Amino acid sequence: MKTVTYNYKRVYVWELAVRFFHWLTVLSLIVLVITGFIIANPPALNINVEATNSFWFGYVRLIHFAFAYILIANLLFRIYWAFAGNQFANWRNFIPYTKKHWKNIFYVLRVDIFLQKDKAHKLENISIGHNALAAFSYLIMTLFFLLQVVTGLALIADTSAWWLPKMFHWIVPLLGGDTATRYVHHLFTWFFMAFVVIHVYLVLFHDYIEARGEASAMLSGFKFVRAERIKQNINNFVEKVKNQMNKGDEKGNIENVDE
Amino acid sequence: MKNTLTREETFYESIINKGYSRRDFLKFATYMTAFMGLEHSMVGQLVKTMETKKRIPVIWEHFQECTGCSESFIRSDHPLVADVILDTISLDYTDTLMAAAGHNAEEAKQASMKENYGKYILVVEGAIPTKDGGVYCTIAGRTAIEVLKESAAGAAAILAFGSCSAWGGVQAASPNPTGSVPVDAIIKDKPIIKVPGCPPISEVMTGVVLHYALFGTIPELDSEGRPKQFYGKRVHDSCYRRPYFDAGLYAESFDSEEAKKGYCLYKLGCRGPVTYNACGTTGWNNGVSFPVKSGYPCIGCSENNFWDNGPFYERLENIPGMGIEATADKIGKIVLGAAVGGAAIHAVASNVFKKKEIDENRTRGEINEQNLNE
Repeated sequence: MKTVTYNYKRVYVWELAVRFFHWLTVLSLIVLVITGFIIANPPALNINVEATNSFWFGYVRLIHFAFAYILIANLLFRIYWAFAGNQFANWRNFIPYTKKHWKNIFYVLRVDIFLQKDKAHKLENISIGHNALAAFSYLIMTLFFLLQVVTGLALIADTSAWWLPKMFHWIVPLLGGDTATRYVHHLFTWFFMAFVVIHVYLVLFHDYIEARGEASAMLSGFKFVRAERIKQNINNFVEKVKNQMNKGDEKGNIENVDE
Repeated sequence: MKNTLTREETFYESIINKGYSRRDFLKFATYMTAFMGLEHSMVGQLVKTMETKKRIPVIWEHFQECTGCSESFIRSDHPLVADVILDTISLDYTDTLMAAAGHNAEEAKQASMKENYGKYILVVEGAIPTKDGGVYCTIAGRTAIEVLKESAAGAAAILAFGSCSAWGGVQAASPNPTGSVPVDAIIKDKPIIKVPGCPPISEVMTGVVLHYALFGTIPELDSEGRPKQFYGKRVHDSCYRRPYFDAGLYAESFDSEEAKKGYCLYKLGCRGPVTYNACGTTGWNNGVSFPVKSGYPCIGCSENNFWDNGPFYERLENIPGMGIEATADKIGKIVLGAAVGGAAIHAVASNVFKKKEIDENRTRGEINEQNLNE
């Protein structure tokens, strides 16, 4: 058997800001979904207390609103990072406006979703950051987030003293009243849960099939890429950095030059 | 009764002529000032206005409705509330309460509209059917659309009294067989004050009319055209059971111990959190009670589309037009189930279709494992 083993290089894909955004989103999503469902259908605990001495449902709502604001701030930060971050965080990944995007979307659909054979076996088809389909799904998800945020803010607009929720009051008559607005807000919660299932599954799928650190990348920030994909003259660059730092073992990417 | 002369009376004169004392009048003025949400110092101004200003003529049109709004109105808390308006109405035009009938009634209306052109307030009760040329509601041989357009032409402002004229009401509920629409779908060039409710609180109409007399303008409206004074808060925000809501103490059924204790009716489908109305503050039947106080969850009768937002005793409404019992949770569970099922099928299938890749990766890994140093 003439199987050759490949050399892999470690590439810094997800910056700390991106990872921070990701896990804060995870936390907010979990908290918001749980508190959201409690608000929609609270358990009737009916503990033997006077109403004066209990406020648990009020706190559940408080947590829901607090995490909603955390989520909003987080989203705004990520939108900023789409312009400030590295090439994998850039906004251009998420909007399929070029032929290249669509080519990759169809490739991913064919090879990863419908599990067809990858006959051509071209390295450039394997995405280093998001693949075009995943990135597009995050764009859709962002729109869902925005819809969830504006319907949520619209619902508390009338009882809020702050201008931010008040800005979205017009959503309520647009959707046909508070009932309809609450309805949309409730329904979309399920889409988030469905997204989480699909997203987590596909991460695990890629990790399992490709075995290049898809899942752990969101912890460490690194993914592994075939050595052929790295420019050959990088060694000169690395030598330069090595000389500057005098110690090669401090940065992972330098240490692994000859891996 | 010297009916023909009353039209020239001031509010005050008409009240005194009806046999009320000045003390009654002052009590009424104080009551209405508080009700309109004005400062206490405004009582004097309201008294002055009612003493000096001519009563504003009101024409009351009835279209597709059950007359429940009129019934609510004549049972207003304060006797003067209804009298101030009703005296004018019975003179001018309201087909339920006026003495005249037939051609006499129509003539009286035409005369009043002509005389008070541009000055009267038009009250509309009921929705307006538009399908098939509007034949589903005709008065004196003319369709509701025609009648409304004619009366609206000379109106200073239009008061859409009740959920039907404000939103469309029960006849506009799915499938809306007569194509009913609210007033603002037909009249676009007049200020329209929506006073929704099924029925609405009657003092709101007196409040709006007096506000108009006092300031010469209609009261401040919210984005949906309702006077903010009365519809600025949700029933939930002025509900005396709110502490139970925040404490998480709920009645789960109508006959439960919790219901008897007066716990929050949130889980029995109370629409208080999504309903804008003054019930919690003003109450009904002389302020004796309102639905929640009587142990019955709010059904949101002053909200747009409330007939379609059923069932009334469920927290989560059905989606209209999606068949029975199609709630968001059912759709959500199907979507989530499809996602989980799809992932599971994909996981199994990928082990079959991607066997080559998986095996190759393993082989390479094993070769490396065999060739480790030491």
